[in-house]
Amino acid sequence: MGEISLEEKFQNTIDKESKIEPKDWMPDGYRKNLIRQISQHAHSEIIGMLPEGNWITRAPSLMRKVSLLAKVQDEAGHGLYLYSAMETLGLSRDESLEQLITGKAKYSSIFNYPTISWADIGAIGWLVDGAAIVNQVALQRTSYGPYARAMVKICKEESFHQRQGFEIMTNLAKGTKEQKEMAQNALNRFWWPSLMMFGPSDKDSTHSDQSLKWKIKRMTNDELRQEFVNKTIPQVEFLGLTVPDPDLKLNKKTGQYEFGAINWEEFYNVIKGRGPCNKERIAARTKAQKEGEWVKAAAKAYSAKKINRRNTKAA
Amino acid sequence: MSTNNEWPLWEVFLRTKKGLNHKHVGSIHAADEEMAIENARDVYTRRNEGISIWVVESSHIHASSPSEQESLFDAANDKVYRHPTFYNIPDEVGHI
Ligand SMILES: [Fe+2]
Ligand SMILES: [Fe+2]
Repeated sequence: MGEISLEEKFQNTIDKESKIEPKDWMPDGYRKNLIRQISQHAHSEIIGMLPEGNWITRAPSLMRKVSLLAKVQDEAGHGLYLYSAMETLGLSRDESLEQLITGKAKYSSIFNYPTISWADIGAIGWLVDGAAIVNQVALQRTSYGPYARAMVKICKEESFHQRQGFEIMTNLAKGTKEQKEMAQNALNRFWWPSLMMFGPSDKDSTHSDQSLKWKIKRMTNDELRQEFVNKTIPQVEFLGLTVPDPDLKLNKKTGQYEFGAINWEEFYNVIKGRGPCNKERIAARTKAQKEGEWVKAAAKAYSAKKINRRNTKAA
Repeated sequence: MSTNNEWPLWEVFLRTKKGLNHKHVGSIHAADEEMAIENARDVYTRRNEGISIWVVESSHIHASSPSEQESLFDAANDKVYRHPTFYNIPDEVGHI
């Protein structure tokens, strides 16, 4: 029997559902693919703070304000767990953040839509975090150890995000006529972009086959999207609202909800930078990075001074 | 934008409650050890996940290499006599 190659050994580990850890041998493509996916995921958490942060100072009550603040703070944490998983693959945090503001790295297209009413905060928690949960639950079984562990931690925290969003929607949907209209309006605007969060349809997805073979992804975009629709439609019905899709219907035979065609042109437009808020989001990140630079430099200089002082004392 | 202001990386270990050992939970960036503990608290203990934090600068950690796995750990495989099940105790003795 000939000696098996590193690549075969690697694939065997994955086929056995064992994890790949940072110092293990891995094909270049696996590393690149993971860096792309994890950094994109991390950037989404960080950019995702912006549309919601927009409502922290305008939340309708103190309770809503502390909940939203805690949620947004969690998203910062999620970004940090993911950046640290990404760094184990050899891309530095600063380089990765640089790629975000130059547009080399992407983030989820959903965060390029504006939050124009309080109901949007409900819709985001419910739908956007709901879609993220479907995706992230599957990723808890991803083959790369640090990524899988970050996902387990994130999933534990997400459930509160979705519940606070759904509670906001419930209160509005069961409230006055105007409040119900606000809720319906937010659902109208966030429904399709939420479905787009799962990425291109399987037949057009460029990274899918290899990612599934390497178990970076555990389910296809279309499978995840279908699961999200199946889970969410009964909740829409509970709220007494409707999704903006005349073709939506339950297939009694399969038990699945069939839904209308997604406007992929809109999706690719937003990905390419032509969404309603792309410029604003990147401008906010660029400003934060630029204006934070002196703080980083000062803290580093202070630390060097402290170490120096300690060393001279010891000498 | 320059990247040379990047703060060093620290590994974070948490003790979740008294009686348990510290366990690795992830890493963070910080300029010094004080800030590393503060950042670790904000990032890793927002829901009472810990009562004590250790931070170690990542560059100070030395690890075994995956290529040494066989030479380091396989040697224990043929030492079955280190396990209690290797020894026969008559049934009538009961649990030992
Ligand atoms: Fe998140
Ligand atoms: Fe979330």
